[in-house]
Amino acid sequence: MGRLSGRLDDVTGDAGYGSSGEHPPRMGFFTDTSVCIGCKACEVACKEWNSVPDDGYLLTGMSYDNTQSLGASTWRHVAFVEKPTSTSVDLGMPGNGPPSQGQDQEAESGDDSIRWLMSSDVCKHCTHAACLDVCPTGSLFRTEFGTVVVQADICNGCGYCVPACPYGVIDLREDDGRAFKCTLCYDRLKEDQTPACAMACPTESIQFGELSELRQRADNRLAELHEKGVDAARLYGRDPEDGVGGDGAFFLLLDEPEVYGLPPDPVVTTRDIGSIWKHVGAAAAAVAGLGVAAFVGRRR
Amino acid sequence: MPGLGTSFGRGGATTNLMDLQNSDCILIQGSNMAEAHPVGFQWVVEAKRRGATVIHVDPRFTRTSALADLHVPIRAGSDIAFLGALINHVLSNDLYFREYVVAYTNAAALVEEDFRDTEDLGGVFSGYDPEKGSYEPSSWQYAGATEAAAAGQRDPGQSGTPDSAGRHRSARSETSGSGGPAVEAKPERDETLQHPRCVFQVLKRHYARYTPEMVQEVCGISPEQFRKVADALTSNSGPERSSAICYAVGWTHHSVGVQKIRAAAILQGLLGNIGRPGGGIMALRGHASIQGSTDIPTLFNILPGYIPMPHAHEHESLDDFVAEDAGKTGYWGNMRAYAVSLLKSWFGDAATEENDYCFDYLPRLTGNHGTYETVKAQLEGGCKGYFVVGENPAVGSANGKMQRLALANLDWLVVRDMQMIETATFWKDGPEIETGELVTEEIGTEIFFLPAAAHTEKAGSFTQTQRMLQWRDKAVRPPGDSMSELDFYYELGERLRAKLAGSTDEMDRPLLDLTWEYEKDDDGDVDGESVLREINGTGPDGAALSSYTELKDDGSTACGCWIYCGVYADEVNQARRRKPHWEQDQVAAEWGWVWPANRRILYNRASAAPDGTPWSERKKYVWWDADEGTWTGLDVPDFIPDRPPDYVPDEDAQGPDAIGGKDPFIMQTDGKAWLYVPVGLADGPMPTHYEPPESPVPNPLYPDQQRNPALEGIETPTNPMNPSFSDVFPYVFTSYRLTEHHTAGGMSRTLPYLTELQPEPFCEVSPTLAQERGLEHLGWATIVTSRSAIEARVIVTDRIRSLRLGDRRVEQVGLPYHWGRNGIIPGDSPNDLVGAALDPNVHIQDKVGTCDIRPGRRPRGRALTAYVEDYRRRAGIGAESEKEEG
Repeated sequence: MGRLSGRLDDVTGDAGYGSSGEHPPRMGFFTDTSVCIGCKACEVACKEWNSVPDDGYLLTGMSYDNTQSLGASTWRHVAFVEKPTSTSVDLGMPGNGPPSQGQDQEAESGDDSIRWLMSSDVCKHCTHAACLDVCPTGSLFRTEFGTVVVQADICNGCGYCVPACPYGVIDLREDDGRAFKCTLCYDRLKEDQTPACAMACPTESIQFGELSELRQRADNRLAELHEKGVDAARLYGRDPEDGVGGDGAFFLLLDEPEVYGLPPDPVVTTRDIGSIWKHVGAAAAAVAGLGVAAFVGRRR
Repeated sequence: MPGLGTSFGRGGATTNLMDLQNSDCILIQGSNMAEAHPVGFQWVVEAKRRGATVIHVDPRFTRTSALADLHVPIRAGSDIAFLGALINHVLSNDLYFREYVVAYTNAAALVEEDFRDTEDLGGVFSGYDPEKGSYEPSSWQYAGATEAAAAGQRDPGQSGTPDSAGRHRSARSETSGSGGPAVEAKPERDETLQHPRCVFQVLKRHYARYTPEMVQEVCGISPEQFRKVADALTSNSGPERSSAICYAVGWTHHSVGVQKIRAAAILQGLLGNIGRPGGGIMALRGHASIQGSTDIPTLFNILPGYIPMPHAHEHESLDDFVAEDAGKTGYWGNMRAYAVSLLKSWFGDAATEENDYCFDYLPRLTGNHGTYETVKAQLEGGCKGYFVVGENPAVGSANGKMQRLALANLDWLVVRDMQMIETATFWKDGPEIETGELVTEEIGTEIFFLPAAAHTEKAGSFTQTQRMLQWRDKAVRPPGDSMSELDFYYELGERLRAKLAGSTDEMDRPLLDLTWEYEKDDDGDVDGESVLREINGTGPDGAALSSYTELKDDGSTACGCWIYCGVYADEVNQARRRKPHWEQDQVAAEWGWVWPANRRILYNRASAAPDGTPWSERKKYVWWDADEGTWTGLDVPDFIPDRPPDYVPDEDAQGPDAIGGKDPFIMQTDGKAWLYVPVGLADGPMPTHYEPPESPVPNPLYPDQQRNPALEGIETPTNPMNPSFSDVFPYVFTSYRLTEHHTAGGMSRTLPYLTELQPEPFCEVSPTLAQERGLEHLGWATIVTSRSAIEARVIVTDRIRSLRLGDRRVEQVGLPYHWGRNGIIPGDSPNDLVGAALDPNVHIQDKVGTCDIRPGRRPRGRALTAYVEDYRRRAGIGAESEKEEG
């Protein structure tokens, strides 16, 4: 295992695949939510390809989102956020519940007072993936494409990875006990194929490719939107200097990350593991010292 | 699609989805394109990326609105008032594309002196017969048309009930699918557009009262919003720019559906947006191969290629049959060649000149056999047997109870489907079993359920929304006894023919003489490609034809559908071509095959100015190459290749010879786009705003004419209509689809991956309606009409807006219609609420009506019928209540 935090330009190499010429380039997703139409084809294509079971039949009332969040049985999740435009400059509550009853809207029929944001969320395939760092069995591993995959046949269901993920992506399947998440279609990548979700996306909201190229594309798209006056547009997970060293799957958002249910400033949960060990060591030494002192004292 | 057919000559989308990327402005109205056509919507997204303005006019804020630059909420069913005001805006502010309008539309044509507008007659056009509830349209003709009663001639005489003639006249509208209706002569023209009887002035008067203020009162759209749309469309039209309009079943499923499309056709004609890149009208069809099922029809009144179905008494011989069209100007003038080739395709060597090419073998019409008339006949006992294939009328058709009671009155019913759908199980668990209106033991219908193959289990073609045939191969054989439609009907034919073998009865000849030999594939199934080749047609040497211009009327050619001629050109299945667009130019002509003749944009002669040069460099598409003496460009020219722009036909020219060098609409008898339709429609030459059959508000434009005067009712006790402006049914409902489900749900409610995405029936209401009726988010609501009551979970959302019409507020209830009693999560069917009141041209129901909504679940069992009965009583729906409305 290599470094646990900070900028890391060759995560694949760091994971032991040799220098940058010796392994495939890092692959990832760029999800441009500004062109997402919420068709959920990505959710279905993912489940079909990966044989992921259904996640239960629940009308949630959270707009058109009935799968609620990423989890062991939902590896792509389309969030629907209904939001009055008047509050878009505020941090804003994610407006995916019912609007306040009886608010006066009748006089202004025909106004553009609502926005409906859609965004297909997925595992971020972090540069510094805490899930992988804490996995005791080696079930979670870094692939030659720089992605993070969990191997169901090795997972022992300990669940350490679940709280380790700063995004709340990976989870245990209740009736099975093991952990599951997006594999970025590792089997398809090995065959030089596009992951199922990106393949199914009709509007190229989900783009798959070499991460370096996707970052370039995202920068261009962001500039294009800013030029058109869409000032709220921003990239999320693009920055290699952020708390997880940048995401392998990053996003273009049209509002604050919280609006989409994403943490604003995620930090790899194992960032401080080194200093934790130092502290643990010091504490242990102190405890040992106290114990010795106690015995010494008794003798005395 | 007579709306487009009568306007331009062919009843298909004038453009294709890919070309939308070239639009400068896209108006999506009557369509939730992002949700219902997500794959095609990618080109709208691309257009927007290139800088186009995308406008969505819709009662609800949908996934389409979310991506649009502008969403304009409109009261469901009021589209013509809005479009009419846009037309008025364009006309009265001189914003039309004058050179295009004068040269390429019938704006200059003069109308008969006898014609009277709705403005003169309080909401009806001249020729209206209030007794029959239908029009006699001879006064709508062009002046100078020598035999004014052309439409009358085309009407099969009918000795039935008083109104059946009117109904039947409309049945003929479908034939405008490929070839506009015939006018007897080219009209007198005034190219200054000043003559008071020229179409331009007639239009101007007809729409003069369609003002932004009227739009506010009828549609609930503010003048500022109206202005934004008008400015976007007009500033993005003209020689340098182009705008497109997309619609879907949000326009077609109305009692004035055809006229809504007509209104869009007028607008696009005036703005000069037809036949040009980035322009056009994109008709988004309801689902896979609906275009195909009108081209090679599942409709009762047309034959393949929009050839009309002959009538029992009018058409005694082939000569009688083609007389109305033969010799007319334009390509429809070759109808005899298309008809004879069809008969040769079906009856082969048995079809000879001596026996009229077996014309007598064709079935004959005796009246209106549309789907709702058929259901009525089942209820009344006249229709005893029913094949239901690829449909689920117990859930998917209007007035589910009427549908199910009709099914229960049959002798036999065949249902072919992949799932055990409600239409096959109504006898044991339908809503009427619960209420006691039907008792299983007393239902005499013998039901045969036959498993059907899925699209992955059979080879064949889809003809999708842009007239494109796309071939798919068989991935796996269908499991068990499942069969493809092709194999099923082939086998049925084989068995019928075996039973009749050796018969000398004349009546059996049509079946015995059918050409019924097809090649088999490796699995022993009928080879779909051999059927496609038969449809394409063959010449005297037995080789596949490459174009419908090769068809002859002497029996030397055979062709199963003349507009598909060329799909098997060079003995190659052209529909199977899959060269990706990034390996081709922008037209991508090698992806699938498009009728007619692989033309991607129809009427593309209009992309050049009258002199044959492109209107502009930016919108260059097809133009005249004077050096080569031919039309050329990016697409297959939709014109006679060597006809120069300055060609003027002789006065007595017929067929294609009569098409002038400046006549882009080659299927029209006068070569022009019809802003005014002198013949071919059952409810008027110009679209007029009428209220839906059930409406909470009076018609402010015509207080004495509330509804479409030619509305086709289905009069049967199980199909009552709510009285308009009733306090008992104060709200508007509109039904629609979700991306996550497919039509009546047989293919989606049964799948876990789709069910989890939209698990159960719900209704969508605004916060104000929720407060007014005490509805709670995620609680239950009961929705009631005079047909039935259903329950659904409540979603309270700002996406549904209250609309302010004048001093009145209108609330709308949104009802996704996919659910039924079967499937993973059963629920009530919203279509049980919908009444059958039909467009007189195409016999399609209105998906908008009035209702009441109350918190809580609906009554169970017999209490449900009593509950609905009480509503009917309070609304005054009884024996005579229907008389109250015009």
